[in-house]
Amino acid sequence: MRLVLAEDHALLRDGLIRILEAHAHEVVAAVEHADQLDEALADRSVEGAVLDVRLPPTHTDEGLRAAVAVRSRRPGFPVMVLSQYVERIYARELLASGEGGIGYLLKDRVGDVGEFVDALGRVATGGTVLDPHVVSAVMARQAPVERLTAREREVLALMAEGRSNAAIAAALFVTEKAVGKHTNNIFTKLDLPLAPDDNRRVLAVIAWLGV
Amino acid sequence: MTKAGRLRMTGYAAVQLPLAVLALVLFIVDVVAAVLAVIVIGIPILMVSVPATRWLVNQHRRMAGHVLGSPVPAPYRTLEGGSRIERLRVAAADPLSWRDLGWLLVALPLALTASLVVLILFVPVVTGFFWWFGVGPIMAARSRVDRWFLTFGTTERLEQRVEVLTETRNQSLDHSSAELRRIERDLHDGAQARIAGLGMTLGMAAELVERDPAAARRMLTEARQTSSAALGDLRDVVHGIHPPVLADRGLKAAIQALALDLAVPVEVTGEAPPGLAPPVESAAYFTVAECLANIAKHAGATRAWVELANAPGLLRVVVGDDGRGGADPTSGTGMRGVAQRLAAFDGTMRVSSPAGGPTLVTLEVPCDSSSPRTTPSSGTA
Repeated sequence: MRLVLAEDHALLRDGLIRILEAHAHEVVAAVEHADQLDEALADRSVEGAVLDVRLPPTHTDEGLRAAVAVRSRRPGFPVMVLSQYVERIYARELLASGEGGIGYLLKDRVGDVGEFVDALGRVATGGTVLDPHVVSAVMARQAPVERLTAREREVLALMAEGRSNAAIAAALFVTEKAVGKHTNNIFTKLDLPLAPDDNRRVLAVIAWLGV
Repeated sequence: MTKAGRLRMTGYAAVQLPLAVLALVLFIVDVVAAVLAVIVIGIPILMVSVPATRWLVNQHRRMAGHVLGSPVPAPYRTLEGGSRIERLRVAAADPLSWRDLGWLLVALPLALTASLVVLILFVPVVTGFFWWFGVGPIMAARSRVDRWFLTFGTTERLEQRVEVLTETRNQSLDHSSAELRRIERDLHDGAQARIAGLGMTLGMAAELVERDPAAARRMLTEARQTSSAALGDLRDVVHGIHPPVLADRGLKAAIQALALDLAVPVEVTGEAPPGLAPPVESAAYFTVAECLANIAKHAGATRAWVELANAPGLLRVVVGDDGRGGADPTSGTGMRGVAQRLAAFDGTMRVSSPAGGPTLVTLEVPCDSSSPRTTPSSGTA
């Protein structure tokens, strides 16, 4: 995938370039300033972006605003937003910027390279990826979650993070069939509408959790 | 404040005559009740007569303000909160209460004479000439006497201000040094320890990488988890110093972000004044955070709300909940801490929490909304 990368810390920028290029992505522009980012994103041949939230000039939420802006110009444009901290209020804004093709992760997750590259792949194909930190915060305040078994809760959390049945099965060391059974139970117990595909299912779970 | 006209001043004079009788009665009641307070029975009398005296005196402050064209302030010590006995104690210790009493006794006969003269000049039409020219100076003179008694002079006001500033300065120094100690401890026990461990794990992995690659790999995975945990610790510390959303989006969004994490639904309405000074914003944020945390922990509420109000030169935030009430603002160290932090900006916090609720916490901080928004302390995310 042809990617734009925005990260103002040279050390992290280099690390990310190395990881992305080692996994068959092409970093067409690696920028450190919000102004350069706008230019880079104007290039129509770019297929996705990995953006840090805090960028110069104001070091506040430039990356987040750029993500929302580019997705309003190019609906569904895949963007992975990385940050030193995650906030539900920002997760909401990103989710509201259009269905699918959005990821929001803590920077620490990049350290688990396999997971990170996998998540980026899901975003690139129109998936939704939410940081476990956001998911666990919302799960904690949803009382009906208590109706689920411990295993079902684990599956629900992984679904809300945007994982497919196969990925959930791999993470929990169970078969995909077992995961399918758990997801059916969850949807029945929580009264969720059955979704035709993976991303719809993720969005249904996220909406139910009220992120 | 608009200056009163001749007829209005004459009206004041007419009102002040019957009020003088009331003043005399209140003076006697106050003194007798104060003496009887020694054998307790005076206390309930004082609970009624002290507020009544204040009401009467405040009427005269208002009239004097109108006559002189500038308000006559009533800088009583604040009586908010506390039991009725406690409030009585504060009122008794307030030098302004004693001035009120002095005014009842000494100024009244003098002032009364002035009011009486104005009326005598006004009522028979033939003295109209004297009334026309006399009413202003006479009422102004009487009002000046009232003002001299009923409010503090510049020196006294400055003395009191110095007292308040000294106290709040000490409190904020205490508060910030306690905060620094807490941050130091958090860093030492958290991120610092983990990063030290990380270095050791990586060193061991480097040693093992050729001899036992599988073990080295396990250690690297462990090292990555430790670095994640260290970042988590640092995130918590940063959040306790200055929450990123507050730096990014300002007070309202930061409160909304807090509200999202609370188990009780919280409605956030209104807008904060634009361009709040960062320290004021931060003090207000942590006060609201403390209130919301208390609501989640103690109130047993089904809903809560935060109202931001943008009065000129004043930031007002009301945090309310429909819980069981009976909150005591003096009991928790958390609330005391944030109150001290507010006091450094002349901010005040009032708690109204009758048993059965609702609990309302009102915080007010004077602010001049001129200072520009600055970038957050940490440059990058």
